[in-house]
Amino acid sequence: MHRALRRIEAVNHRFWDFGPPLGSFSRKRGCALMGQIFRPRANSFARIALLALFLVILLPFGIGFALVRSPYLTGVDDVPRQPVPFSHQHHVSGLGIDCRYCHDSVEHAAFAGMPPTETCMTCHSQIWTDAAMLEPVRESWRTGKPLRWTRVYDLPDFVYFNHAVHVSHGIGCTTCHGPVGRMPLTRQATPLFMSWCLDCHRAPEKYVRPREHVFDPDWTPPRDQLVQGRQLVHEYGIRVGKLTDCSQCHR
Amino acid sequence: MRPAKRGFRRLSILLGMLVPLLLCGCERDMADQPKYEPLEAAAIFPNDQSARPLVEGTVARDAVLEPRPERSPLPMTEAVLKRGRERYDIYCSPCHGRTGDGEGMIPERGFPRPPSYHSDRLRNAPDSHYYDVITEGFGIMFSYANRVAPEDRWAIVAYIRALQLSQHATRDDVREAGLEDKLREAK
Repeated sequence: MHRALRRIEAVNHRFWDFGPPLGSFSRKRGCALMGQIFRPRANSFARIALLALFLVILLPFGIGFALVRSPYLTGVDDVPRQPVPFSHQHHVSGLGIDCRYCHDSVEHAAFAGMPPTETCMTCHSQIWTDAAMLEPVRESWRTGKPLRWTRVYDLPDFVYFNHAVHVSHGIGCTTCHGPVGRMPLTRQATPLFMSWCLDCHRAPEKYVRPREHVFDPDWTPPRDQLVQGRQLVHEYGIRVGKLTDCSQCHR
Repeated sequence: MRPAKRGFRRLSILLGMLVPLLLCGCERDMADQPKYEPLEAAAIFPNDQSARPLVEGTVARDAVLEPRPERSPLPMTEAVLKRGRERYDIYCSPCHGRTGDGEGMIPERGFPRPPSYHSDRLRNAPDSHYYDVITEGFGIMFSYANRVAPEDRWAIVAYIRALQLSQHATRDDVREAGLEDKLREAK
């Protein structure tokens, strides 16, 4: 018996040094497995163990999620380098040119349309004809080689997106593209997460606006947006239940 | 083999299988498929254009093949005028101004000033003159054929006529339209 207890004691000392060895009780009071099992320092051990568990398991996940949602990976606020530092702020807010002057297929095609060099030269064959900044445009006009703009909004290829259907159902340019009229250089305003798309597809009344304001770069939602939005959703025949079908976007 | 060692071996095999499974989430083949997005560059074509320009002489399936008439084929309805106004404000007003006087924002920034629509010469020009100018351009004005569809060109012509009338209406025109009260109010 004593030999067995001593073995337990030894084991306890070796591995679980949290409390007094089990054997000591039995020897002093003749009663085994009673009283405190853990010593006070076991509390610290438990805390450290919990922290370690957190660090080892939760932290990498946390960092992973934070990284995926960070502008570093979503590209929000990224300003890609462009062949010409085109300013929407100057052309939209300064000169008052409508979005459709350049993006002319936005109302009847999936692709909003990037202006051909001809559209730039409509004005710049006469204005700022010596500007060094515009040399790539003039070169493109001379050679017929199109300007290579860098795409700012690049959806994954397994997502179907149609500009025309959004524009004709009261979704304005700035709802997705942000305050373009105040961007000296074009940047990505939204993360393009699927959850971001669904945010509107589940509740379009939060974003839909009257058709005559779709291309208004300065439109802000009215105070009773939800009330007006619900009316517009009804008026435009938007079937909200269908908007979250997989095949709406993945086809 | 000792049990602990066997356990370790099993664990490493499991991890070895899990890691490729997790890593395959990083491969985003489906996000960038071997197809050309609109206007994407393609080295195999001239000028790197995957979007090929139309072959010369291409006729759209729904194109009107009859020569364009002298007078606008569109009726002067409110819908046509509204459409014309919208298109005019987008494509014409930057230079020609909202009222057609040629005082748009772009001439203000140094572009040569276009003529006003309210001169006798342009007021007496046929509808087809405006249509042709939109289609082919005029002087330093570029063609807008790519940007304004044929039907919209006629709608713009209708709106230009409305603008011209707005600057040359007589008291009789106002009376005929039943708007004399408003005129008095404005005074």
